[in-house]
Amino acid sequence: MNLSLNETFLAVFCALAILSAVATGVGQWAAHHTIDSARLARLGLLNSRIRGSWSVLAVFTIAFAMGPVALLVVFALASYFALREFVSLTPIKSSDHWALVVAFYLVIPAQYLLLGFGRASVFATFIPVYIFLLLPVVVAIRQDNERFLERVAKVQWGLMISVYCISHAPAIATLPIKGYEGRGPLLLLFFLLVLFLTDLLQIIFSAMLDGRALKSNPNKTAKGVLAGSASGALIGTLLWWMTPFSWWQALIMSLVIVGTGYLGSVVLAAVKQSLGARLWDTEFELTRGVLERLDALTFAAPLFWQITRYFWVIRADV
Amino acid sequence: MWLTRLLVGAYPRWIGSAPTAAQRIYFGNHTSHMDTVVLWAALPEELRSNTRPVAAKDYWDKPGIRGLIARDELNVVMVDRSREDPNADPLDPLKDALEHGFSLIIFPEGTRSVQPLPGPFKSGLYHLASEFPQVELIPVYIENLHRSMPKGALLPVPIICTVRFGAALSLAPGEDKDLFLERARAAVIRLAS
Repeated sequence: MNLSLNETFLAVFCALAILSAVATGVGQWAAHHTIDSARLARLGLLNSRIRGSWSVLAVFTIAFAMGPVALLVVFALASYFALREFVSLTPIKSSDHWALVVAFYLVIPAQYLLLGFGRASVFATFIPVYIFLLLPVVVAIRQDNERFLERVAKVQWGLMISVYCISHAPAIATLPIKGYEGRGPLLLLFFLLVLFLTDLLQIIFSAMLDGRALKSNPNKTAKGVLAGSASGALIGTLLWWMTPFSWWQALIMSLVIVGTGYLGSVVLAAVKQSLGARLWDTEFELTRGVLERLDALTFAAPLFWQITRYFWVIRADV
Repeated sequence: MWLTRLLVGAYPRWIGSAPTAAQRIYFGNHTSHMDTVVLWAALPEELRSNTRPVAAKDYWDKPGIRGLIARDELNVVMVDRSREDPNADPLDPLKDALEHGFSLIIFPEGTRSVQPLPGPFKSGLYHLASEFPQVELIPVYIENLHRSMPKGALLPVPIICTVRFGAALSLAPGEDKDLFLERARAAVIRLAS
């Protein structure tokens, strides 16, 4: 298939819009015709995920229609909301105020600006090296050393997960891959699609196949996760024509996305429980689960970016 | 308004009462300058136009952005904390607003506290309650806001705040002033847990 970028975009967009519309319709219909409460709860979850597909579609359209700046703004906002959620859940003292000011008003814009100006090497070291060294200084200047390490570590963790990791998703669209110029947004779409569909399929299969619910996620079972991951990887392989990969490379990359995504959701579920899951689930309605929605992405995005960059950008030049 | 939402969320949680058009006095814990805006932002839009926050004249009645927010956006009732005229009742502007059918937002501690839980209440709430018995008294607890902008900080930090509205309180006939104020304070504290 050798479609132009515009044609590819249009084809994918139409297919997705139709799929989402059908899924939304079926989901709503089923929700209105079910009385069984357990089924209803499961359907509600499924419907909320299907609504999520519209946001994937929206992000992708923005990226494509309005250019990379809009894409950066969207993900910067996602980072902002994720970090806000993380900080809200973490007990932080008032003497850490300046550390948080730095985190919100300096680190988020700086990270996305670095990406915007194409400084890939600084972008990848800014938070883990420079901010890692700066934050403890800001906190130590206040001379309040009670539980010092714990406090600094929590802010650093929040920054790594919600800014560093999430910012790697838009970075996928900016990778300078030879022979794939100007088609970066499609690679990002491939990444988001595999991630999103795998999650959706895991929920569907978990509901269909029996088994005990996982500790990390009550909506999924071991069998469901396996079946969903396999189908997700298969879908990724079938989408090879969108990517710079051959079909078997697409299979491996899909497995990377699926695997790291799953590990990400396990780790963030552990973080969530250690911070007090009650808060995470019930207290925040509107922005509920920015972190929860993006849990798989936080792990998958940096790894996908690094691997793609190593094999298709750096090694390609050698 | 939208800036407040973006910064701290200000999500309402109606625990013992519902958002209705009844005339009310909302009273809450005071930990930050943003309390007024946050509580106001947590109310549904149709109630906001009829609800006026009460604020200290010495802080809010100034030229520039602060005064602009206070007057145009929030329609604040200014209270004179310094009592320049010793004969004037500082509650007069509040009573005036209540007589005109407005609901009020007040912070009966009178000043910001460092703790999230409120200190002793000043008597203004009692006087208003005895003079306007038909007005519902709604206790409000604002959670997390002291972390967003601690006393002395210049820049607020984004943190998700929830605003909890409790069940309406009323002054029992012949109830003692201190007892009533303590009861009102306890109602706010109960919402904190």
